[in-house]
Amino acid sequence: MHIPDGFLNIATVATTYAVSAGGVGNAVRIANRKLGEKQVPLMGVLAAFIFAAQMLNFPIAGGTSGHLIGAALAAILLGPWAGVLIMSCVLIAQCLIFQDGGLLALGANILNMGIVASFSGYYIYRLVTSLLGNGRRSTLVGGFAGAWGSVFLASIVCAVELAVSGVSPMGVVLPAMAGIHALIGIGEGLIAGAVLSLVLATRADLLQLQRI
Amino acid sequence: MKSKWWLISLLVCLAVACLSPLASSSPDGLERVAEDKGFIGLAGEAPFQVIADYVFPGIENEVLATMLAGLIGTLVLFGVAYGLAWLLKSRKGRAVA
Repeated sequence: MHIPDGFLNIATVATTYAVSAGGVGNAVRIANRKLGEKQVPLMGVLAAFIFAAQMLNFPIAGGTSGHLIGAALAAILLGPWAGVLIMSCVLIAQCLIFQDGGLLALGANILNMGIVASFSGYYIYRLVTSLLGNGRRSTLVGGFAGAWGSVFLASIVCAVELAVSGVSPMGVVLPAMAGIHALIGIGEGLIAGAVLSLVLATRADLLQLQRI
Repeated sequence: MKSKWWLISLLVCLAVACLSPLASSSPDGLERVAEDKGFIGLAGEAPFQVIADYVFPGIENEVLATMLAGLIGTLVLFGVAYGLAWLLKSRKGRAVA
């Protein structure tokens, strides 16, 4: 879902850069206050995993592929603001080193796949786990739902940015983006569920860390 | 052993990066929509290229070039995120001292 340069108009570029700069600045401030010794290696591992896993595009219907975003997984393990920081590291590196996602579109990409995906994934997870109670099943169902929702909502915000920029009418691009990402989100949900299952089996204490 | 969990996790991430040549080369969700709705042509070239499209430049074997790009990126991201977290954490310590 990395937007290249050329799709967004100047007003959308400026707005999304401003919102993302504010969001990342706030994430740094909150992390500065709350981040502890224990979270440091997990931040590194999650950023490394999300980068590596994002390279593995999986096929979905009709000659289309999807890949993990990873924001929901990071937010579930470390909290939504830490998720914003991790995703910003990944998206900035992908933009500057790998030419994946445009320079002018970086603000929008951080907004969609960093801020929107982290917060929606985290709060959907929290909602589901508060309804289902404690336990392995609750964590896995919540993780799947949060991951799916994060992709779905990020694609809707992305579609709005494209429509506002005038590349395609809202009535065309929004259902197209939401529809295809409803499918890709299933892959995101399965990967998040698999990783959470692995964490529960090997280092369940990591799920007890303070969320940032 | 328990304190080295992150080292094992990083090795797993590097193993995942080595699988990257197996990835589907079909367009992703946004690219598919941009093709179907006729605005893919608006996409511009990047003003500079480092390891463009996850293929390390100057290596003829594309499988190796992709794996190398994946390994480099995975290590860079581990270092950057670990370093950022370490800076934010240690600044908290200094503020208290």
